[in-house]
Amino acid sequence: MVNVTKRIDGRKQDELRPMEAKVGIIKRANGSAMFKIGNTIAIAAVYGPRELYPGFLQHPTKGILRCEYNMMAFSGSGDRVKPGGSRRAKEISLVTQRALLPVLDLSAYAGAVIDVFIELVQTDAGTRCAGITAAAMALADAGIPMKDLITAVSVGKAGGKLVTDLNYLEDSEEGGVDLPLAMSTRTGQVTLLQMDGILSKEELKELLALGKKASEKIKEVQVKALLDKFSGKE
Amino acid sequence: MVDVVKEHMLSILKKGKRSDARGFEDFREIKIEYNISKSAEGSAKVSIGDTEVIAGVKLELTEPFPDTPDEGGIMINVELRPMSSPDFELGPPSHEAIELSRVVDRAIREGHALDFKKLCLKKGESCWMVIIDIYPVNDAGNLFDAAGLAAMAALQETKFPKIEENNVVNYKESSGKKLPLKAMPLCCTVVKIGDYFIVDPDNEEEKEVDAKLVVGILEDGNLCSMQKTGEMGLDANELEKMVDLAIKKTKELRKVLSK
Repeated sequence: MVNVTKRIDGRKQDELRPMEAKVGIIKRANGSAMFKIGNTIAIAAVYGPRELYPGFLQHPTKGILRCEYNMMAFSGSGDRVKPGGSRRAKEISLVTQRALLPVLDLSAYAGAVIDVFIELVQTDAGTRCAGITAAAMALADAGIPMKDLITAVSVGKAGGKLVTDLNYLEDSEEGGVDLPLAMSTRTGQVTLLQMDGILSKEELKELLALGKKASEKIKEVQVKALLDKFSGKE
Repeated sequence: MVDVVKEHMLSILKKGKRSDARGFEDFREIKIEYNISKSAEGSAKVSIGDTEVIAGVKLELTEPFPDTPDEGGIMINVELRPMSSPDFELGPPSHEAIELSRVVDRAIREGHALDFKKLCLKKGESCWMVIIDIYPVNDAGNLFDAAGLAAMAALQETKFPKIEENNVVNYKESSGKKLPLKAMPLCCTVVKIGDYFIVDPDNEEEKEVDAKLVVGILEDGNLCSMQKTGEMGLDANELEKMVDLAIKKTKELRKVLSK
C-alpha cells in the first residue's frame, strides 16, 4: 500500500528534494554550472559564441543555440548506459534547446553558435530538468544576454497524489504521471512541457501551479549560485 | 529585420481567415484507407488535405523483456524519407524524426491502447511485439496528427497471423483474431502564431509557428501525453486554451476513425 500522507522519501507533496548549485565549475568553458537535486547531478558547459562551421548552418541575422544532453555511462541506476547517444538523448537535446531559446537574445551573434553541453553524473529521475536548470546558469555565467533564467522541474502524479519533483521510484510507478516543465518565472512562460501518463484537464491546471511554485524556489538557488561567483565570495 | 511572410500571414489571421480560407479550428478533409499493404498484418493510409501518411503493423513472436515477463510490447518508428519533402534528407534519423516517433509512441503507450498482458502467450517465453512503422508520403503539414491517426487506424485493422507447430509464425495466413485494443488515444496539435491558435497547420503555417502543443487524448477527454514544441513559451492560460481546443477537435478525429 502506498502511504497516503507522506511520499516514499518522506517529502510533502509540494516539496522539492534538497538542491545545490555552483557556477563556474569548468575553467576552459565560457560558462559552466552544476545543479544537484536529490541524487540527480547535472553539469553544464557553454562554449561560444564562436564561429559556426560548416558555413551553411549559420544564420545571417542571429546566433544559433545547440544543446547536447548526455548521461555518463555509469550514471544510470541499473545497467551501464551505452555511450554514443540514444534516441531518448536526442529528443531531450532538442527539447532542451527549445526550453532555453525563448529567453536568449542572440541577435548580436550573426553567423555564430553557442554550444551547450550537459552531462549527467548521477541520476535519480528529473535529469532533463536538472540539465536545463544547470544550463541556464551556465549561459548566464557565459554572459549571454538573457531576459530571465530558465528553471525546470518535473511535476506529476505518484501514489495517487499530485507531487513536485518526482524521484526515480515515483517516476517509474505504474499508473503515475510525469510532467517535466521548464519556465521563465518572471513572465510565467512555459518553455518545456512534456507529459506521459493519464491526467484530467483539472489536474493539469493544478500541476502547472505546483510547477510554478517549485520553479520560484529553484530560481532562488540559481540566483544565489550566480551571486556567489560574481560577488567575489569565491 | 521585418519578416514579410510572417507579417502577411498575421494580416490574414487578423481577418479571422487562413491562407486556404479555412477557419482557425477547421481541419482539412481527413480520409482513411485501410489495408494498403497486404504484407503487413494491419495497415492504413491517412490523408489530411494533401498530407499523406502510411502506417503498417508487423507482429513478431519474441521473448518478453525480463522486467515484464508476462507482457508483449510495442515499437513505433517514423521515418522522414526524402521522398515526402524537400526538407528531408537521407541519413540517420534527424532529431525531428526521433521526436515525432517518440511523441506518437508516448500517446499510444501511455494511453494504454493495447492490452500488453494479452499479447503474452507464455510467461517469460513468448509474446507478441507489435511494430508500427509510419512513413509520410507527402508532408503538407501536421505530421503528428496524421501519424497518430494512421497508427491507430492500422492497429484497428491488425489481425494476428497463424501460429504453426513449434511456434513458427505463418505470415501467409491470418488467424482472423484482432489485436487486443482497449483504448483509442489520438494526437491533436494546436499551434500558436502571433496571438492566434489554430489546428491542423499546413507547411506555410508550420514555418511561422511560434509555439505548438501536441496532446494525446483518450475517449473520455483525459490527456495521456503532451509535448510542447516551437521557439516561444506559453503561459498557463494559453496552455489550457490549447488543451481545450485539442480535446474538442479529437472528438471529430474520432468520428473519422470509427466510420
